[in-house]
Amino acid sequence: MSFERIQAKLKILADAAKYDVSCSSSGSKRSNSSKGLGDATGMGICHSYTEDGRCVSLLKILLTNHCIFDCAYCVTRKSNDIKRAAFKVQEVVDLTINFYRRNYIEGLFLSSGIFKNADYTMERLVAVAKKLRLEENFNGYIHLKSIPGASDELMREAGLYADRLSVNIEIPTEAGLKKLAPDKNREDFIKPMAKVKNEIIQYKAEKKLIKSVPKYAPAGQSTQMIIGASQENDYQIMHTAHHFYNQFHLKRVYYSGYVPISNDTRLPQLGAEVPMLRENRLYQTDWLMRFYGFHVSEILNENHPDLDLDIDPKLGWALRHLHEFPIDVNTASKRMLARIPGLGLKSVGKILHARRYRRLNWDHLKKIGIALNRAQYFMVCDSKHFEKRDLTAETIKSLILQNGQSKYTASLSNQLRLF
Amino acid sequence: MERILLYDGSFDGFLTAVFVVFEQKMTQASIRVLGQEQPPLFGELETIYTDQEKANRVWKGLIERVSSQGKFRFYYAFLSETVGVEDTLLEAMRYVFSQKRCVDQDFSHPAMLSIAQTAKMVGREKHRMEAFVRFRLTKDGIYFGSIAPDFNVLPLIKKHFSNRYADQKWMIYDIKRKYGLFYDLAKVDFISMEFPAQFDFTKSDSAFFSAQEFDFQRLWKDYFQSTNIQSRKNMKLHIRHVPKRYWKYLSEKQPDY
Repeated sequence: MSFERIQAKLKILADAAKYDVSCSSSGSKRSNSSKGLGDATGMGICHSYTEDGRCVSLLKILLTNHCIFDCAYCVTRKSNDIKRAAFKVQEVVDLTINFYRRNYIEGLFLSSGIFKNADYTMERLVAVAKKLRLEENFNGYIHLKSIPGASDELMREAGLYADRLSVNIEIPTEAGLKKLAPDKNREDFIKPMAKVKNEIIQYKAEKKLIKSVPKYAPAGQSTQMIIGASQENDYQIMHTAHHFYNQFHLKRVYYSGYVPISNDTRLPQLGAEVPMLRENRLYQTDWLMRFYGFHVSEILNENHPDLDLDIDPKLGWALRHLHEFPIDVNTASKRMLARIPGLGLKSVGKILHARRYRRLNWDHLKKIGIALNRAQYFMVCDSKHFEKRDLTAETIKSLILQNGQSKYTASLSNQLRLF
Repeated sequence: MERILLYDGSFDGFLTAVFVVFEQKMTQASIRVLGQEQPPLFGELETIYTDQEKANRVWKGLIERVSSQGKFRFYYAFLSETVGVEDTLLEAMRYVFSQKRCVDQDFSHPAMLSIAQTAKMVGREKHRMEAFVRFRLTKDGIYFGSIAPDFNVLPLIKKHFSNRYADQKWMIYDIKRKYGLFYDLAKVDFISMEFPAQFDFTKSDSAFFSAQEFDFQRLWKDYFQSTNIQSRKNMKLHIRHVPKRYWKYLSEKQPDY
């Protein structure tokens, strides 16, 4: 292959793909059984990290950035005046294999702008995955984009070669989508997602009966929403996420702070700051929903539609529900322990383990490695010393903020900095 | 009086020394690698010759008393090569063998805690090496990677790489410890080899590496730069994930030439 041409294409098409957040390479169970190349069992590996601190685990590229759509939030929209390029199927295969052989990557993340129509595009994505699996005997990780509107037959085939499929719903509400991407509709996103979900269920059921049934998208599905491009509040975003987790059994919903890329008046202007703190709070809420046993409406509801930026969502919830506290760490259930602000699931596990041998006091908790700055106001243990003052939520919050440090402190203070 | 047992640096050698300690019911013993010992002020030196059978007996006894995770913690901690880790391991083994119940989760025992912490560090280094090895294709068709890990993790990453790269010849060489792993399409072996005097591990020399190797390094570096979002730049986080001491082996972090 001609080096200069590939180099130019890679620059354009990697640059265009970088706004996709997902880079996970875990959760697949594809082992290297045939003395081929690659192995996607066990945990994912981040082979490098970009200077913005994000993991580089997959070769993340677009097949092409030609696109027939004109979505305001997207760099590759039709009306944007940028360099366009397209890879040939074989070129993507060669790049993936050669990067993989050098231990640069865990596999391929292939997305694409939509050229001609959905099926035409999806067909090419599937062709790359198929070639990698069948001709190159490649067992690494493959993440394919489901192109909205692609036919069921293609989606079925895609799942047979890919480990994960994803389709980005991008804008959390239908109204927002109508405004920013008038030629797309929600239904087109949902259709491939529903198809893949049903196939996963069916293949799993069949595999229980017949061992030789092939794997179908073993690492599941994910999606992504842009944060801060349209006017949604956190309540709408998280309820949409909740809906997708529930209805489509997604493995992950990613939240991507909008990076301003155009002068479109419907969007935040160029130079506006990326809402990284808000993105962080949304991820925290996502974790509370998936692992900590919270229901989304406990954290966000009509009375409380936005997350606090200065404190984390669990602390926010606790301050609104002071009547549930204090919690006795020596007797409380796992569910309630996980609700104490400042306690993560690791700490909860350690407490559950340690309290089998002895009743825990503050010293024990400190030694186990529990961060008490937030937790101390919400729990009691085997000690006479605990918070006896009847503190209001406001006081607790200010005490915690005074004694704690946040990497976001600088961006939170509205006082102008001189230096 | 304290007895100082010297072993050859191998895990079996260490286990043999442990066997001797128990066999002779030594109450005060210290285990050191032969050739690295400080001449003792008091005490006597004794060289232990590795005995596979004795080593196996100790290992078997240990496995019966600890969980599978606990077993790995002992091995991982040994590979840390920290000064004095043998004594900590010996102390932990004394504790394990003295108790009837399984105590490998008892982190209130100082030796057990220390082993768990050391094993964790070694585990992290192992995972980093699985991520940070960069193979370069040599002229004779071998994918060559060199590393200088903080701990002796080559034995731990052997399985990972042999599962993954079954259809290419590869070699991972530990520059610090002067030995490597070599896969010849059939099996993985530990090897030691001589490098030319002018060979610089951090650079790719066109005398040794294939021509297309340079193209792919260029492409990878370009990719690394294109995939970065400038408006989210966060060098502090970047360096936390990729500590500077590993940069010299990462082709994407090399200066342009």
